[in-house]
Amino acid sequence: MKLEGKVALVTGASRGIGREIALELARLGANVAVNYSGSEAKANEVVDLIKEMGRDAFSVQCDVSNSEDVTSMVKETIERFGKLDILVNNAGITRDNLLMRMKDDEWDDVININLKGVFLTTKAVTRQMMKQRSGRIINIASIVGVSGNPGQANYVAAKAGVIGLTKTTAKELASRNITVNAIAPGFITTDMTDKLTDEVKAEMLKVIPLARFGEAKNIATVVSFLASEDSAYMTGQTLHVDGGMVM
Amino acid sequence: MAEVLERVTKVIVDRLGVEESQVKLEASFKEDLGADSLDVVELVMELEDEFDMEISDDDAASIGTVGDAVTYIQSKL
Ligand SMILES: NC(=O)c1ccc[n+]([C@@H]2O[C@H](COP(=O)([O-])OP(=O)(O)OC[C@H]3O[C@@H](n4cnc5c(N)ncnc54)[C@H](OP(=O)(O)O)[C@@H]3O)[C@@H](O)[C@H]2O)c1
Repeated sequence: MKLEGKVALVTGASRGIGREIALELARLGANVAVNYSGSEAKANEVVDLIKEMGRDAFSVQCDVSNSEDVTSMVKETIERFGKLDILVNNAGITRDNLLMRMKDDEWDDVININLKGVFLTTKAVTRQMMKQRSGRIINIASIVGVSGNPGQANYVAAKAGVIGLTKTTAKELASRNITVNAIAPGFITTDMTDKLTDEVKAEMLKVIPLARFGEAKNIATVVSFLASEDSAYMTGQTLHVDGGMVM
Repeated sequence: MAEVLERVTKVIVDRLGVEESQVKLEASFKEDLGADSLDVVELVMELEDEFDMEISDDDAASIGTVGDAVTYIQSKL
């Protein structure tokens, strides 16, 4: 198996895309730390499914925008599994509003969780990965971080920030054999997108060449590629997994 | 002092791949021992492990030479 004996930490792994990522990495052989913020029961369900596959897993509550929480989450992961090979920064939220109406706290919440959270977790795992002289960091950005999107100034700014952070981290850590790549998903069916109205969904379908919405699994399989030796010579890249929306 | 220097020297030789004779108190990590910024960060991390202490980022920034490291560690033991 491609990820036999590897240890992964996946943020926001209780639901949606993160859940599929955690399960896919485990299916390929990895032991997984399943992070969540509020959904303890759902995170534990993911842990149980992973254990049924014969892999080890545990759930860990942590708000990724809180520096101390993040430090102890990473510490706990390393104590439990003895090392850390793969970090997937997936946790994210939306607080959509038109720029003119956007409140400061809507801006701050999204920047703190979606951008600062990636900085904090990356910083926290770097020491271990540098010592190991290997590591894989995979950031879940968004296609709107490349294209822009009305009503999502906060979210787009955070996701574009993640893409920039990915490139810089890739350059800083390359000499230690740590690769850092991002995925920019298009429209993926999860709780996050279920909130959108049917009209918005119909409009979106028109601009997707593959003429369908993606599934969480479509992102998880690309994560597993970036987490494995198959992507050894790639770093600093952003892969669009969006049915062809943005080329 | 001698014991601290000895242990610091060993960490530096292992990490930077330099000769023991190059590790003088006045030697600068970057200028004399060929370290880049990331090497210095790593070196500080290893000294933290070796001496089981935490070196804050501010303190770490003031460590530029072998002597700086030895004096700093000495003061914290
Ligand atoms: N769905 C899409 O179409 C799409 C498109 C592009 C990019 N993305 C990105 O993909 C990622 C996952 O999205 P999703 O659609 O799977 O979202 P989701 O279904 O809403 O799930 C979000 C996950 O993030 C966790 N989370 C939220 N705030 C957190 C915090 N402060 N600390 C730690 N975990 C936190 C949630 O944990 P709890 O369950 O505990 O709340 C949950 O596990 C996000 O970064 C999102 O921006 C999604």
